[in-house]
Amino acid sequence: MTSIQLQNVSVEFPIYNSPSRSLKNRVLSVATGGKIERKSDRLVVVSGLRDVTLTIREGERIGLVGHNGSGKTTLLRVLSGIYIPTHGEVSIEGHCISLINISLGIDPDATGYENIRLRGVMMGMSPREIAEKMDEIAAFSGLGDFLDVPFRTYSSGMQLRLAFATSTAVRPEILIMDEWLSTGDEEFKGRANQRMAELVDATKILVLASHSRQLLAANCNRVIWLEYGRIKMDGAPDEVLSAYFGC
Amino acid sequence: MTSEAVSSAMHHSVGSSGMRKTGARVALADMVESLRSIRVALVFGWQDVAQRYRRSRIGAFWLTLNTAIFIAAIGLIFGTLFRAPAGEFLLYLGVSIIVWNFLSTTIAEGCTTFIASEGIILQVRMPLFIHIIRTLWRNVIILGHNIVIFPVVLFLVGDFLDWKALLAVPGLLLLILNLAWLTLVCALICTRFRDMTQVFTNFLQVMFYLTPVMWMTRTLPERVPSLVYEVNPFYHLLQLVRMPLLGEYPDGISWIVALGVAVVGWTWAIIFFGKYRWRVAYWL
Repeated sequence: MTSIQLQNVSVEFPIYNSPSRSLKNRVLSVATGGKIERKSDRLVVVSGLRDVTLTIREGERIGLVGHNGSGKTTLLRVLSGIYIPTHGEVSIEGHCISLINISLGIDPDATGYENIRLRGVMMGMSPREIAEKMDEIAAFSGLGDFLDVPFRTYSSGMQLRLAFATSTAVRPEILIMDEWLSTGDEEFKGRANQRMAELVDATKILVLASHSRQLLAANCNRVIWLEYGRIKMDGAPDEVLSAYFGC
Repeated sequence: MTSEAVSSAMHHSVGSSGMRKTGARVALADMVESLRSIRVALVFGWQDVAQRYRRSRIGAFWLTLNTAIFIAAIGLIFGTLFRAPAGEFLLYLGVSIIVWNFLSTTIAEGCTTFIASEGIILQVRMPLFIHIIRTLWRNVIILGHNIVIFPVVLFLVGDFLDWKALLAVPGLLLLILNLAWLTLVCALICTRFRDMTQVFTNFLQVMFYLTPVMWMTRTLPERVPSLVYEVNPFYHLLQLVRMPLLGEYPDGISWIVALGVAVVGWTWAIIFFGKYRWRVAYWL
């Protein structure tokens, strides 16, 4: 059973290169960003998440909203198992892939085919899986003979096409995304959106951080609103989105 | 339906995290998982070397050429200076420099291993020891390039290999085993304290002169005690690979020191890694 459970999770970032200066003992509360507090005489700490308790079950499509610095990316990283929280417990059941930077692992001097392979390895695909999906990825990218020349010779649109085609070929149980992936010209955009829908349908849990109300309303069945690293609201999309966007 | 059940069962052990945060078991689990997905490390380590070949005809052999020129120059200067028999000294120097370069570059690159993999570490949940294996593997491939200097020197000097040279293989494995824990510890320290990279680089520079790499132990003046190099573990690690290639048996003490350092070093590294593994993502 695929699931994610957070129990009283807090994440605190130590800032080593900033002297505690005049922060005194007070806690700074600012419009954006987490709380900055002084732990001891030497250490300055920014808390990214504070006391978050959350259970995500199979079939849930979670939307994350919140201002810049409200802890969205930090939460995504906790959910993918990258940050181990400073306090609290996390348990992640299921194979998880995060599509945050889809160009990660790409070597500009390698050819298109080589890059499909490299990106596949980076996402944890086995050689057999990569071989099986190679043709389909190549066809979807629509790059044809360009796949035999170095990646750096591509236009930026073509580079994104290849990265997108490869990244969306995975079928994880848990999919984590920071903003929706959409790219290319009109023709490609249509196919890309369809492919994204297929990918999302195939996963058991989706967590999507976005600033687009329309996107969240269309893809999510639960929305979480983060503020200052805490969950401010958690519920049905209609309810939370109208409270967050203010209408 | 069954295949789905199997695949999800498989991922359970891999995907679940957070049971324990620190401890030797965390470190060992990370290493076991790294070895299981060693392919990722091998592919990217290979890729690092392949990149040197792009738009360059001889690619990584440029490093070999640099090393060869260095050996030739030093061999000429120091051979004259020390009045050592030219052939013998050149062979000694060649092997020493090749092995030392492998050792020092691995440690130096080890320092920046996690820092250089920041993009991956902050985005893909992967065991951290994978990045250490990548650094080791990349340097082993470079060593494979540089080792071609050895038969060339051997030919120039008019010497031959005998079967003792095979002992260099276990010696090299023991050296790599020691470099693995050293690299891991350096990577952890340098990720937390960025200045330490410079400190380690300087340390390696000093060790290069302190260890008998360019000089032979028998050219040391009488009044200098042999303890100067005998207490140096780098000397013993170097001996294990160097002596067999020069047609001699390494001393028993070198094997003992190398094994002892490996056991103590690994124990320490596992405890250290277990304690701080979870902090690495925060330090980046």
